[in-house]
Amino acid sequence: MKNIWWKAVCIILLMYTVTMGFLGDVPAMAILNESIRNLYFHVTMWFAMMILLMVNLYNSIKYLGDPVLRTDEIAEESSRMAMVLGILGLLTGMVWAKYTWGAWWVNDVQLNGAAGTMLVYAAYFILRNSIEDEQKRGRIAAVYSIFAFAMMIVFIIILPRMGDSLHPGKGGNPGFSSYDLDHRLRLVFYPAVIGWTLLGVWIMNIRLRIRTINKSLES
Amino acid sequence: MQTKKLFSLLLVMILSTLPGFAQDQIEMADLMRSNGKIYVVVAVAATVMLGLIIYLISIDRKVSSIEKKLKK
Repeated sequence: MKNIWWKAVCIILLMYTVTMGFLGDVPAMAILNESIRNLYFHVTMWFAMMILLMVNLYNSIKYLGDPVLRTDEIAEESSRMAMVLGILGLLTGMVWAKYTWGAWWVNDVQLNGAAGTMLVYAAYFILRNSIEDEQKRGRIAAVYSIFAFAMMIVFIIILPRMGDSLHPGKGGNPGFSSYDLDHRLRLVFYPAVIGWTLLGVWIMNIRLRIRTINKSLES
Repeated sequence: MQTKKLFSLLLVMILSTLPGFAQDQIEMADLMRSNGKIYVVVAVAATVMLGLIIYLISIDRKVSSIEKKLKK
């Protein structure tokens, strides 16, 4: 196995998340109760998604400056993995919403923004697949993904803070960080974000290598 | 009969205190923790996670071996 060290870090952090995520101390809060632990599993999905979308953005900009096919491939695979995490974020969010807000889907800016982000990136893949020429595809996809990233920031970071959202830290609601003893949550939350992100990078890495194998088989 | 009545009276008394109790204390899964049963959940979750990771490692190694074969 190549580059074993970061894969080992990924495994250690994920094992830490699934054990300490259940055993660690959490602040006692009304309505949320123990479901606050979803912070390590639901919220981390979105964080990991955003980090992978940053990888996509970086590679898209890099491709515009220096059009190497591999850069475009990394951009595509990172956003693909980000979408998997985003779908998991939506599904886990729906379950959590059902038991804290009372419905699978509430008309909330954050939720609709998240769904909007998924649609914007769905369009990215449709756009990619509609262009035959590799160079042209890479260039247009790169330009679009810069736009898509900006839309993502607007949809899930800016708009929810301006409108009324049920999410913590949005629309006048206190964020998790404002609760006392929040460091107990951070102790698991940050390692969890890194762990899930590395898992995404790992899967993305395998997909990229399969692509390379495929290409060398075709040629 | 007597003990049954006494028991039900006691139960009513305990239940009547519950709403007041819930107001000043937020209910957490402390019972589960004191029983130690939470460790069962942790064991299951950790097993699932470990299983998925082991499978991912085996996929990774398979891809590596194909890469090696192609180089030859």
